[in-house]
Amino acid sequence: MPALTAIDLERFLVWGLVATVAMSAILEGSRRLHWSRMSLPFLFGTAVTDTSRLASLVGFGLYMLGGWVFAFLYAWFFEAIGRAGIWLGAAVGVLHGAWLLVVFLPLLAEIHPRMATARTGLTRTRRLEPPGLAGLNYGTRTPLITMVGQAVYGAILGFGYGLG
Amino acid sequence: MTAIDDRTEAEAAARAALSPERADYPPIGAYGLVGDGRSCALVGRDGSIDWLCWPDFHSPSLFAALLDRRRGGRFRVGPVAPARRIVRRYLPGTAVLETVFTTDDGVVRLLDFMAIRENVALEPLRELVRIVEATEGAPEVAAIFAPRPDYAGASAAIGDRSGVALSCVTGEGAAHLVTDFPLAPGEVGARTGRLRLQAGERRAFSLTFSGDDPGVLAPVEEADATLARTCAYWRGWSGRCAYRGRHREAVVRAAITLELLTFAPSGALLAAATAGLPEAIGGALNWDYRYCWLRDAALVLRAFSDLGYQEEATRFIDWLLHTTRLSAPALKPVYDVYGRLDLGERTLDHLEGYRGSRPVRVGNAARGQVQLDVYGTVVMAAFDFVERGGTLDTDACSYLAGFAEVVCRQWREPDDGIWEVRGPRRRHTHSALMCWTALDRLIALADRGVLAIDRERAAATRAEIRNAIETQAFDPDMQAYSGLMDAPALDASLLVMARTHFHAPREPRLSRTHERLRRELGAGPLMRRYDARFDSPAQDEATFCICAFWEIEYLARRGEAARAERQFEAMLGHANDLGLFAEETDAATGEARGNFPQAFVHAGLVNAALWIERARATGAEREGR
Repeated sequence: MPALTAIDLERFLVWGLVATVAMSAILEGSRRLHWSRMSLPFLFGTAVTDTSRLASLVGFGLYMLGGWVFAFLYAWFFEAIGRAGIWLGAAVGVLHGAWLLVVFLPLLAEIHPRMATARTGLTRTRRLEPPGLAGLNYGTRTPLITMVGQAVYGAILGFGYGLG
Repeated sequence: MTAIDDRTEAEAAARAALSPERADYPPIGAYGLVGDGRSCALVGRDGSIDWLCWPDFHSPSLFAALLDRRRGGRFRVGPVAPARRIVRRYLPGTAVLETVFTTDDGVVRLLDFMAIRENVALEPLRELVRIVEATEGAPEVAAIFAPRPDYAGASAAIGDRSGVALSCVTGEGAAHLVTDFPLAPGEVGARTGRLRLQAGERRAFSLTFSGDDPGVLAPVEEADATLARTCAYWRGWSGRCAYRGRHREAVVRAAITLELLTFAPSGALLAAATAGLPEAIGGALNWDYRYCWLRDAALVLRAFSDLGYQEEATRFIDWLLHTTRLSAPALKPVYDVYGRLDLGERTLDHLEGYRGSRPVRVGNAARGQVQLDVYGTVVMAAFDFVERGGTLDTDACSYLAGFAEVVCRQWREPDDGIWEVRGPRRRHTHSALMCWTALDRLIALADRGVLAIDRERAAATRAEIRNAIETQAFDPDMQAYSGLMDAPALDASLLVMARTHFHAPREPRLSRTHERLRRELGAGPLMRRYDARFDSPAQDEATFCICAFWEIEYLARRGEAARAERQFEAMLGHANDLGLFAEETDAATGEARGNFPQAFVHAGLVNAALWIERARATGAEREGR
């Protein structure tokens, strides 16, 4: 286990931002192209507020923060194994994507205060479409796009953190 | 309440609803319109939504049984037993459609509307609400939900969203159905169900659309609150209508129809709600009217302004003057709601078309046409706007002033004319008249200091156009103005001559032209658009409703209020039971033809009604009352 002080703060902040921006561009771009309707910023934002416009803004802020949090975990992982690189980062990203689809989304559906589920049904407050298995409710390409986005995120972090 | 969820029965119901035996098409005029200012749906007398394009008017359809009964897709809610009587109306002052079916089992009331929302809270992008209730007896109600996305060209699979909604993926998002009505899988791509309701019992359907985001659904418990909010919105809107004459109900309905056909985000007004409905049954003239024709501009602006809808008029003129700059200084006949010109016409060969009227076209290739009259309609709309207290910004004034040069240069050239006649271009009198109007109003605006033009040149050209119309277009043998500058032919569009102030309404040449048009093109209160010398009309070409309203307005401008009113009331008899008009009416059968409902006609109705009131008031004044 590496000490937290071993993490290069500047590199994880800079490359965490770059990776998050690249990943969000892929995910948001896929929405604009009608390949998938999954929007993590929207889901994060609506967990905080039921005002549509505010939800998008708040959600995007939370999403960027989340990108840094995960960048920190990636950096910690790279320090722990003593190496970093594009392919290693991409592999971690794919793993991360699979976790998002299989663990995080079902969990989010349960804890999200505005998401309808089979358990809660559709109510005045719980009115968001649930993601379903691996986010497939938001489009059949959702798992693939999520994996690609996360792989790119990991690859950029692996590349950036590996520099120097 | 008895829920019949037996799979075999559900499948049988689905087959019955989609089978070739039911491949009969209702009359075009049998539909009601509901909408939310961004999209709209047509609801048949049987409770079937046969046309819905989402998310916007010009998007591909989700239901298009209007154009193919078997393949197009529909969403029907109605009684199982045959209806002995069907009565429809809009709830007063609203766009909420009520259909009451009387059957041997009881009475079923169906409410259809698109929700008006404020886009503040977490609400669906679009929502179509259907509320069905038994008001008497214990009628059995059937429902079939059979979406066919992308004009029935895409997969029609319906997915279950964790038991809270049924969803259907479209090319631009997904549609979600939430209901407390039991629906079971029927044929591929359909959910069907039956339910016996007791008097007072009701069920609701909420069909929503999500574009790029996860769907926001609407619980059916909210349906009544949504209905109340939507009614309140429309009653507030229609309550602003300044017309207080004796035809208020028809005028308010026409105004609401115009508002339903206005694309709220840009202020653009669609020509009609549909695509592909035929001008002649079985014919090939099946165009997509979900676009904005500039020829409608002046008529629409006056209708909104004079009814007191200044905000709507301002929105429309903003759209008109800003979006048409994409083609400046030339104007094209048709634009989309955002002012784009590339409307990508294509045919949908997999659809059989309304009563076999093929091909079904979507998109529109009219941009290739030249219609010189559009300069006059745009300038006249801007002039009317200024005259009614509106102000134009510097850019708009400079843009309008640029038309003077275009008109002076081009007015002699042949064009396709207001009727978009196929074949070689010709010199149309109506186009020349509207070029004269453009210069006349530009000179008036210049004289008021609103804009700057080469006044001398504009005035000289205006005089030249007047001279050309008087010497080349007036045919001594016909004793009427011809629709063509170089040959005799009758054209009802010249009835707008008084409105343009080219002539006073009682000017002898114009009066004689009107008499001739009435005699040769009139059919009761209706009127054909032109005679065979103008263009070879289709064998069974119907009458054009706008021509009838032009005539009524002309009569009212002449001060013939009583005659105008008689014809107006006779024309109202040619609307459907909800007060809606298509582009054309078959004089022999009374059936509506062409796309439906058509904005131009409803704007014509409003202007005619306003002029009748003015004529009556003037007549009353003259008689000292």
